[in-house]
Amino acid sequence: MSASADPPASPARKRSVVRSLLRLWPYVRPVRARVFGAAGVAVVAASMSLVMPLVLKWIVDGPVAEGDTAGVWLGGGVLLLVGVLEALLFGLRRWLVARPLAGVEAGMRAALYRHVQRLPVTFHDRWPTGQLLSRGTGDLQLLRMFLAFGLTFLIVNSATILIGFGVLVAQDWLLGLVLIVPVIPLIGMCWLFEVKFSVVARRAQDQMGDLTTVVEESILGIRVIKGFGRHRSQARAFRALSRELMDTEIHKARLLAAIWLVILALPELFLGVALVLGVGQVADGTLTAGTLVAFMTTAMALRWPVESIGFLLALCNEAATATDRFFEVMDGKVPPETAREKGPDDGDAPDGLVFENVVFRFPDAPPDSPPVLDGVDLHIRPGETLALVGGTGSGKTTLIGLVPRLHEVTSGRILLDGTDIATLPRREVRARVALAFEEPTLFSASVEENVLMGADDAGPGDLDRALRVGQADGFVAALPQGPLTEVGEQGLSLSGGQRQRLALARAVVGRPGFLVLDDPLSALDVHTEARVEAALREVLADTTALVIAHRPSTVQLADRVALLSGGRIAAVGTHAELLHSNDEYRHLMTGERTEVPAS
Amino acid sequence: MTTTVPEKHEQAAPEPGDEHIPGAASDPFAQDTLPAPRDASRTLLFSLLRPHRARVALGAALLLTQQAAVQAVPLLVAYAIDSGVPAVRDDDHGPLVAVAVAYLVCALGAGLLQYTFIRVAARINQSILLELRGRIYRHAQALSLDFHDRYTSGRLISRSTSDVQSLRELLNEGLQEMLIILVSIVYIGGLLFYLDVGLGGAALLSFIPLYLLVRNYRRRSARRFSERSSAIAAVIVKFSETLNGIRPVKAFRRERANDAAFDRLNARHERVNGDTILEMARFVTISRLIASFATAGIVLWGAHRVTSGDMELGALAAGALYIRRLYDPLDRFAMILNNYQSAVASLDKISGLLSQRPDVPEPERPVELPPRADGRPGREVVFDRVRFAYRTGGEVLPTFDLTIPAGQTTALVGATGAGKSTLAKLLARFYDPTEGRVLLDGTDLRELSTAELRRGVVMVTQEAFLFSGTVAENIAIGKPDATPDEIERAAKAIGAHDFIASLPDGYETDVRKRGGRISAGQRQLVAFARVLLADPAVVLLDEATSSLDIPGEKAVQEAMETVLRGRTAVLIAHRLSTVEIADRVLVMESGRLVEDGPPAELIAGTGRFSDLHRAWRDSLA
Repeated sequence: MSASADPPASPARKRSVVRSLLRLWPYVRPVRARVFGAAGVAVVAASMSLVMPLVLKWIVDGPVAEGDTAGVWLGGGVLLLVGVLEALLFGLRRWLVARPLAGVEAGMRAALYRHVQRLPVTFHDRWPTGQLLSRGTGDLQLLRMFLAFGLTFLIVNSATILIGFGVLVAQDWLLGLVLIVPVIPLIGMCWLFEVKFSVVARRAQDQMGDLTTVVEESILGIRVIKGFGRHRSQARAFRALSRELMDTEIHKARLLAAIWLVILALPELFLGVALVLGVGQVADGTLTAGTLVAFMTTAMALRWPVESIGFLLALCNEAATATDRFFEVMDGKVPPETAREKGPDDGDAPDGLVFENVVFRFPDAPPDSPPVLDGVDLHIRPGETLALVGGTGSGKTTLIGLVPRLHEVTSGRILLDGTDIATLPRREVRARVALAFEEPTLFSASVEENVLMGADDAGPGDLDRALRVGQADGFVAALPQGPLTEVGEQGLSLSGGQRQRLALARAVVGRPGFLVLDDPLSALDVHTEARVEAALREVLADTTALVIAHRPSTVQLADRVALLSGGRIAAVGTHAELLHSNDEYRHLMTGERTEVPAS
Repeated sequence: MTTTVPEKHEQAAPEPGDEHIPGAASDPFAQDTLPAPRDASRTLLFSLLRPHRARVALGAALLLTQQAAVQAVPLLVAYAIDSGVPAVRDDDHGPLVAVAVAYLVCALGAGLLQYTFIRVAARINQSILLELRGRIYRHAQALSLDFHDRYTSGRLISRSTSDVQSLRELLNEGLQEMLIILVSIVYIGGLLFYLDVGLGGAALLSFIPLYLLVRNYRRRSARRFSERSSAIAAVIVKFSETLNGIRPVKAFRRERANDAAFDRLNARHERVNGDTILEMARFVTISRLIASFATAGIVLWGAHRVTSGDMELGALAAGALYIRRLYDPLDRFAMILNNYQSAVASLDKISGLLSQRPDVPEPERPVELPPRADGRPGREVVFDRVRFAYRTGGEVLPTFDLTIPAGQTTALVGATGAGKSTLAKLLARFYDPTEGRVLLDGTDLRELSTAELRRGVVMVTQEAFLFSGTVAENIAIGKPDATPDEIERAAKAIGAHDFIASLPDGYETDVRKRGGRISAGQRQLVAFARVLLADPAVVLLDEATSSLDIPGEKAVQEAMETVLRGRTAVLIAHRLSTVEIADRVLVMESGRLVEDGPPAELIAGTGRFSDLHRAWRDSLA
């Protein structure tokens, strides 16, 4: 499954360029008529461009030389007609594909977005945001460019070359052959150049990335750097990396200079040979002067199509890579809504939240590594609040992530009121279990929308109640537009404590049957913490809740405490009991050490 | 504790300790434009080019010669046919040989000159970019923290990356292409004039409608491009927001609502994206139509003049072919124009940044601090009639006096916005006082060089930023020439050695690599080891607000006591447990020192601190 592939795409091609590009067909199919129509138009426009010099020549040699006024007017008319037709066809080609291909780009982006949202959390843990984002922006823009321009001109220019050389050979086979001689090596060298160049260009890109990292760090860490007056290794790294980048860029320029030398000189030399031979033939009378002029003009008009082939092939290559990168993500499997069928022992009783011998190992962890959770058994009775306590890295956050099925258990069962959550659709599980994360995330929306997204059908009364529970009603009312104030990335930025209180309000707004909270009071100051606790206590009175706690004040919210240690529940009891009977618990809650537990 | 930030783009993160005046709509920081002299970007460009004058002149000469060689080719063809053919018929091979040689020279010359030009131009471009990147980097490092507080890091990063990038694209691809186009137009125009003055004049006239069209396109496309860039920005924000919050997205079943919201943004981008492409199509069509009418008109007029005997037939024949070439580069010209516009916008932003002056200038004649009295690690700090106000006018700290004896640990307590961080930043000389002096063992901070100042005063935020690199390197920031032994000793003294030793590669573990993950508490220990290694006389500590578990907090507190021992210290305290280790508490309110005394004395009293402490005690129950 390619979803488990490491995010940075390996540069080696697994498929051929053509096979990769063919995968784009389903997205292009709806607009195929326009795309091929545009290519057809482009072929006609290109032939107009080839005809144009001939028309000019004909006017000058014919009517003008003969003083035929009517002929001159006719010639002028033809000239104008061809020119206008050429202009309109050029415009038509662009007009035909402009909106359809913008639509293809948007369609692929929407498909990617939809898919990415539904890929499992483990996928997101492996793929940095930047990698996914660059597939949704840069790669898709490149593909649109390729479809609008690269593909069309690959067809058009190949056709032009074939037709052009047909015309040349037909006019004079010897001169024609002289001109064909450099074409193959020229295309070959352009192709070779693009391959070499892309390697160096990639290196430049990587170096640019490293340089950007250093720049970002020296800006983000400016307080540390200023605090200590300097950070020499940072400045040294910056200097070294920007030098390296410069060297690579100059290497790129050297390659570019060399290929230009070839592109400019090689065909011109053969054109020179053809000219000399042609003049000889004209002098011998085996060729007319007019034919030689037409011949030379056609040959010059073929220069761009020939030169462009190497570049267009390279664009195909890049487009194929972009396609692969796109499908790397699209091939990621979206897990089915239910993990298994309902079995006979899946009852339906108000039995609270039960963990039965739950084992969890990250899917990408080596198989011989110890699992994060190794047989967790825990029963939270209906209406009960249980605090989960454990050292750093003991797996508390992982454990609660299993309840809304952000991760799937490796083995064992989690039962919500007697039903194994693996047999329920994921949406249903998540509708019944509300969550507040330690790192509270607000989306770019109003405060009201942010809070109400916790409930399917909540009224204004619910909003007020939830804000009161989070002790957020006061500061929300003082915001410029009250609960309608935009917050998040695009809006007003709130302090950590304020965000945490809104996240808490979001968790309780839908009056969920099950509530899972990850250290929900960590960023609150002393006064607010006490008030939130008081309000939360009322909510928790009739809710089945699992709360991660780091300090005694949070534990106070719970009826019982469970200690997670070594992947298992090591002890369950009241705060006072565990404080008395369990050394590790006492250490975690008071910092006192009576004996040294494995940390 | 709410803040008012009306401007949507300006996000003044109101974290505790951040006490700047929020960006009002009139604040230049709120928009993305910094005040800069009108011709700042031109001055910047010239200052970057000046050191390369000789190369630029060479490049220009190469380009002119190269284009001459390229444009000469059709003339040679004409000459070969007009003079070569009759000469060969007369058995005179001289002209043909001359054409062959000239053709060889032009072909090879055009190639070689282009080759040299690209290499020369790359040297110039890359040196300019190197210099510009360096300037932005050094400048950003030199600007005061006051500036960094207001100019968000995201913008600073995009100045040094994407803005430099758009200039790079212009220099690498656009500028040279634009020059080639201009030079070729000038040459062809010149040739037309040479062939026939009337022909040249007519061609020149045809550039009037083309110029108007280009101007019109520039205006229209600028609008389209800015629409498109804001549309794609909205798409990107939505995309990355979803990815960064994927857990809550899933937990709260936002997928379908997000699909709908994304579709709206995506559709808007699709529309304006199409508009932009169509704008280009419009330009290409109209410009080609103008070119077609001009060509037909000029040829007809020429033909008329030939028949009336005003013009040579040969001149018209050559001229007709050249006219085609005159209009060929119009499409490319439009594309380059777009590049050019975005590069100019970037250059404006960069020059705005570079014209900001550091607020805390280096002294002209720096003095050294006297040796520390009787070898003790601390130094005495005196605020002498200090007052601080932002230049925009808001007074933060009214005039006050404060003496902190050497070795004393002082805790600053007070609500957000009370002036705690400002006081600390004055002591670290991130700002200079508006009035009065800050003295370190009797020396005004303004008389100390930066290096000397940082040996004396170190400011630490506990939310420690780790740079990519090894753990050892991160500790060594405190003392760049520290030996591994010193680093380890500092880590041991702080109590960080055990966890560092348990990392995959110990001190050599890369903190950004897998397995190098370091928890919040451990980061703080690394930050303290840094300070211990730097061995400053005065430590300013801005306490972390993020929560640690209790064992972590204990370890941090012990480390803090190790660092502070004997030094003069100012703590910006967010947690009252920290205050207990202080010798003295200063309570601040609206920029004033309202209570001052040992913690025990204040707790026993009836003031603000006593109230605060009681509430905290209760919460611990």
